Amino acid sequence: MIQNTGTPLVELRDIHISFGGIKAVDGVSVDLYPGEVVGLLGHNGAGKSTLIKCLSGAYQADEGEIYIKGERATIRNPRDARDYNIETIYQTLALADNLDAASNLFLGRELTTRSGMLDDAGMEAETRKIMKRLNPNFQKFKVPVSALSGGQRQSVAIARAVYFNAQILIMDEPTAALGPQETQMVADLINELKKQGLGIFLIDHDVHAVKQLCDRASVMKNGLLVGTVKVDEVSEDDILAMIIMGKKPAHLAA
Amino acid sequence: MTDIKSNVPANQNEGSLAKRFLRGTEIDTRLLGMFAALLLIWIGFHIFPGLRTFVYALGGAVFMGEGTIGDAAALLNPATIWDGGVFLTPRNLWNLSVQTSSIGIMATGMVLVIITRNIDLSVGAIVGVTAMIMGLVQVEVLPQYLGIGHPLIWVITAIIGITLGAVIGAFHGWLIAYRGIPSFIVTLGGLLIWRGAAFLSASGRTISPVDSTFQLLGGGPYGAVGAMGSWIVGALACAAILWMLYTGRQSRKNYGFPLRPIWAEMFMAAVGCGLVLGAVLLVNAYPWPKGIIEQYAAANNIVVPEEGIFISHGFAIPVLIMLGVAIGMTLLMTRTRFGRYVFAIGGNPEAAALSGINVRWMTLRIFSLMGALAGLSGVVASARLNSATNALGMLDELYVIAAAVIGGTSLAGGVGTIYGAILGALVMQSLQTGMVLIGFDSAVQQIVVGGVLVFAVYLDNLYRSKAK
Repeated sequence: MIQNTGTPLVELRDIHISFGGIKAVDGVSVDLYPGEVVGLLGHNGAGKSTLIKCLSGAYQADEGEIYIKGERATIRNPRDARDYNIETIYQTLALADNLDAASNLFLGRELTTRSGMLDDAGMEAETRKIMKRLNPNFQKFKVPVSALSGGQRQSVAIARAVYFNAQILIMDEPTAALGPQETQMVADLINELKKQGLGIFLIDHDVHAVKQLCDRASVMKNGLLVGTVKVDEVSEDDILAMIIMGKKPAHLAA
Repeated sequence: MTDIKSNVPANQNEGSLAKRFLRGTEIDTRLLGMFAALLLIWIGFHIFPGLRTFVYALGGAVFMGEGTIGDAAALLNPATIWDGGVFLTPRNLWNLSVQTSSIGIMATGMVLVIITRNIDLSVGAIVGVTAMIMGLVQVEVLPQYLGIGHPLIWVITAIIGITLGAVIGAFHGWLIAYRGIPSFIVTLGGLLIWRGAAFLSASGRTISPVDSTFQLLGGGPYGAVGAMGSWIVGALACAAILWMLYTGRQSRKNYGFPLRPIWAEMFMAAVGCGLVLGAVLLVNAYPWPKGIIEQYAAANNIVVPEEGIFISHGFAIPVLIMLGVAIGMTLLMTRTRFGRYVFAIGGNPEAAALSGINVRWMTLRIFSLMGALAGLSGVVASARLNSATNALGMLDELYVIAAAVIGGTSLAGGVGTIYGAILGALVMQSLQTGMVLIGFDSAVQQIVVGGVLVFAVYLDNLYRSKAK
């Protein structure tokens, strides 16, 4: 168990986001330390994806502040987020289906030659390298990602997040579409990245997986934060109670 | 994440000869299909007059008792039928190339628009309005300051026309991207507005003739680069093909990727250079007509000998403009970030935005580029006609969209090539020219072109579902 002392890697303070009068996120604060995995849990519509999208730059918070390594950060768009070394693996994977793996991996950050042209061969070589590490069986470098299996597509999306030396990784239900073997691969990867000192926000429905992979869990309900707990101090039932009833477990309620 | 199949590297020597050939050369089978279709259309139009003569003679013999069936059958001689054709002649193919350029130039831009899941219905009207403004500028404005026939007139005029097209396109793009109006509506409005503006700009007058240098941009005997010029163009093109094949191989080698077999490289080089040199021979085989030669000889104090002088047309300037645009646009689409983002937006707009691509700004720039190409097309079309009329480019939008779609651009977005669009434009123009040559009237032409468009897209669907 890591010690959460010092400056957090990320701090979201009192975030408010509303859509047309509906409060999707209502004054939520969460934080994340280096080498830590924080699970974000809640029903569909609890506001966890919305909350995290203001960190990845897809939305902007109406109120509230984001601190990265103790400094106030302004994230207006996905490009800003990338500048802070924040990488996101979206639930939908956010791949351009008509492009190949290398084009997707480098999308928005293409390698170019000295003359300013795309360096496709260079990008393919880099893609081969990272895929060798993440998914050694991956061979389909020349075809559009629409021709890949769910697991292969997932590994492209993960490679994109990992390749650019992310310090903060957001994973939105990374195993939702995967089989047991592929789910295990993602779990191994999360543990490896954790060892490297990355901070990871993991959005997941599977309480069991969160218990296994995460250090802490923040539970949301109806846009409000129910509470943040250390997963070792609570049972799966406690977490379920937080998700369903919106109540913190009795032995932790101060 | 295991995938047993992809673990086994594809065996280079596996499969039939045809499969090995296609894998070795990495030729797009769809491209082959388009070439085959084009050849079929060309040969069909070429032998049609001969076959028609035979059918008429046969009909006459059987039903009217005019001549014998034997006489009719004699007309079925392949040599007679071939010699009776006028389609596959240097003259017709040269004209075909010139007629294709205006639509071809715009089709390259329409590919980008359609790939990003938009449409531009206003290109024909932009041709009209830019041609009118250019007509006014070069005939009624610039000569006042520079004098008639000043060598700068055509440059200034062309720049004004292309810039005006770009500005109109950018305005459409702004309404689409930043004001959220669907591109269909914006450009449908643009079609009406700019056609009206073309009429108002000169109160419905036709402006003719245009500047004599400007006129060369539209082709014609003087608006072509001649035999020597065509050989130079051909030699440069061959050198470029060889250089591309060589550097492509080198870069694969540097990264240790699998190389194409050497016979495939040789074959590609031979086919590429063969096509280029064939085109040079073709355009050089079309001589200036007698009247032009006499005019030229009189102007240059040359005595025309009894047997006449053979002066080749060579590549027409508008065709070279189209080829230049096609090469530039191909580089833009395949070798630059801009092109990569166009494809990404077409494949998944949301993913493109999440990757930090400014989708709105891209949309504005794509429409602006389309407008600029429509302006360039306005230059070529009005120069070719030697006049600016407010009806110039009428219905061009439909031919341009048809060319892009026949060329394999998917209306669902994300898929399309520049060379496909040029070939599509060539197919459209071949149908038109061919039907004019064999004397179909315009009503029949419309029916055939419409039918071909629908059929081509159907064939494309079949091809794509099989390819998957």
